[in-house]
Amino acid sequence: MSAVLSLEGVHTHIGRYHILQGVDFDAPAGRTTMLLGRNGAGKTTALRTVMGLWRVSKGRIALGETPLQNMTASDVARLGVGYAPETMAVFSDLSVKENLVLGARSGALNAARLDWIFGFFPALKRFWLSRAGSLSGGQKQMLSIARAIVEPRELLLIDEPTKGLAPAIVGSLIACLKEIKATDVTILLVEQNFRVAREVGDEVRVMDNGRIVHRGAMAELAADEALQNRLLGLSLDSHQ
Amino acid sequence: MSALDAGAALPRRRMEILPALTPLIVALVAAPFIGSPSTFVTLTAAGLAMGMMIFTMASGLTLVFGMMDVLNFGHGAFIALGAYVATLVLLPLAGWSSANSLALNLAVFVLAVLAAALVCGAVGWAFERLIVKPVYGQHLRQILATIGGSIIAEQLLYALFGPERIPVALPTTFQGSIVLGEAAIEKYRLLATLVGLAVFAGEMLILNRTKIGLLIRAGVENREMVEALGYRVDRLFVGVFMAGSALAGLGGAMMALYRGLVHATIGGEFLVLCFIVIIIGGLGSVGGSFVGAILVALIANYAGFLAPKLALVSNIMAMVVVLLWRPRGLYPVSGR
Repeated sequence: MSAVLSLEGVHTHIGRYHILQGVDFDAPAGRTTMLLGRNGAGKTTALRTVMGLWRVSKGRIALGETPLQNMTASDVARLGVGYAPETMAVFSDLSVKENLVLGARSGALNAARLDWIFGFFPALKRFWLSRAGSLSGGQKQMLSIARAIVEPRELLLIDEPTKGLAPAIVGSLIACLKEIKATDVTILLVEQNFRVAREVGDEVRVMDNGRIVHRGAMAELAADEALQNRLLGLSLDSHQ
Repeated sequence: MSALDAGAALPRRRMEILPALTPLIVALVAAPFIGSPSTFVTLTAAGLAMGMMIFTMASGLTLVFGMMDVLNFGHGAFIALGAYVATLVLLPLAGWSSANSLALNLAVFVLAVLAAALVCGAVGWAFERLIVKPVYGQHLRQILATIGGSIIAEQLLYALFGPERIPVALPTTFQGSIVLGEAAIEKYRLLATLVGLAVFAGEMLILNRTKIGLLIRAGVENREMVEALGYRVDRLFVGVFMAGSALAGLGGAMMALYRGLVHATIGGEFLVLCFIVIIIGGLGSVGGSFVGAILVALIANYAGFLAPKLALVSNIMAMVVVLLWRPRGLYPVSGR
């Protein structure tokens, strides 16, 4: 299975802090790879580093054969990488429509793709001309993900989409993520919620202290409670 | 219906009306104290014209600060440069200016203000590349670098044009006043008001109806995300800085004609006022600057008539009152 994204010995410093300390992992093509780990393990930094929002101090990142480590975020995005950050980062003063128009960098919004998105995010159609700032947290998350997929992408980076959302909304979001996953897009998904990880993930990479400490199939980790406890300090079953 | 889809229909985007009405409220409060309707009309028309010129200068500053997070204390240099460029166009074309022809008068006016805007836009490009770009994200250095750039620009203007005030004559058509009842309204003030309204309409059109405008509005709120969507924010920055400089030059040219005198200190005089206006309006908000500029100019005019000593501090007092009411300005921009 070929890797769409690969990181080799990636180091990232933020100010005087050495956050990523030689990260090695890959995200196989057409699969959903979960990036798990405790708070502060470096998951968000890893995503931001791939996206070009933090500079790589040392190491190599590649999208297919294209090196990313010296690229700006706009260059990385132009290669077909969609990004839905932890903060959602929707443009509050812009309407839902305007947020999506900005997501469609290469041209006008595609009606068929919009219909596909409205199929699992119907609220976006209903609130089409509303200010994004007036949406609920879950709807902002929908908009953030929709903006990342409003054009076909080679790789999707999604950072903690369920953070701060009510359990009922998390269930709906899992269904949405499965819809997106069904398009065979490669996804790298940072998540704290094990239920989401188990239901959506094909592969898993676990980080701790700025390094990858485990890589394998998500199903294997989900089935091995002892491994979960050792890697994450928490049982998967306690997060149903 | 999924949980994500739940919730009542949200309101469509709606602008708050009350902040936009503040100039009207100020005018209505001032009217009884002024007494004479003709004086009130004259003061209000003068205030609107001054407000439009200040807005033209300040709107560029608010975009530059809002989007690029750059404290450009060099903005005043572009106001002065615009005034001088307009003068350089008007002086050799004095024949057109003094001719008794609306077409020639209008042509020389348009040439002067266009030249001011274009030259300032071009110089703005060099200023951004040489002085501003190296200090992005470093406010203290921005202040030092842009003040330094401004001093150099002002001294260059002194060296090129001398320290004397250069008189500039208004084109014949725009001299004198129109009398409405007992109120006299200077023709040039009407022209300045029309130009300011056209600038405002143009800016709102670009910001709200074009993708470039959308990017600028998004960039004011979250530059990083705009970049992560694949847009080259650095190029957008250069464009915004050039547009901001061009607007400063246009405003400077308009103001030079209004005063009939050009001097290198004109930029410094209006820079403080521009900062007051963009703070009142809400940093990064063009609409807020529009309302703020009218508000400041009307208050200054009414205060100058009713209590001249108060006029010296009226701008600062207006800012204090607005910020006590709305700490982030009349129309705050999210993320600012």
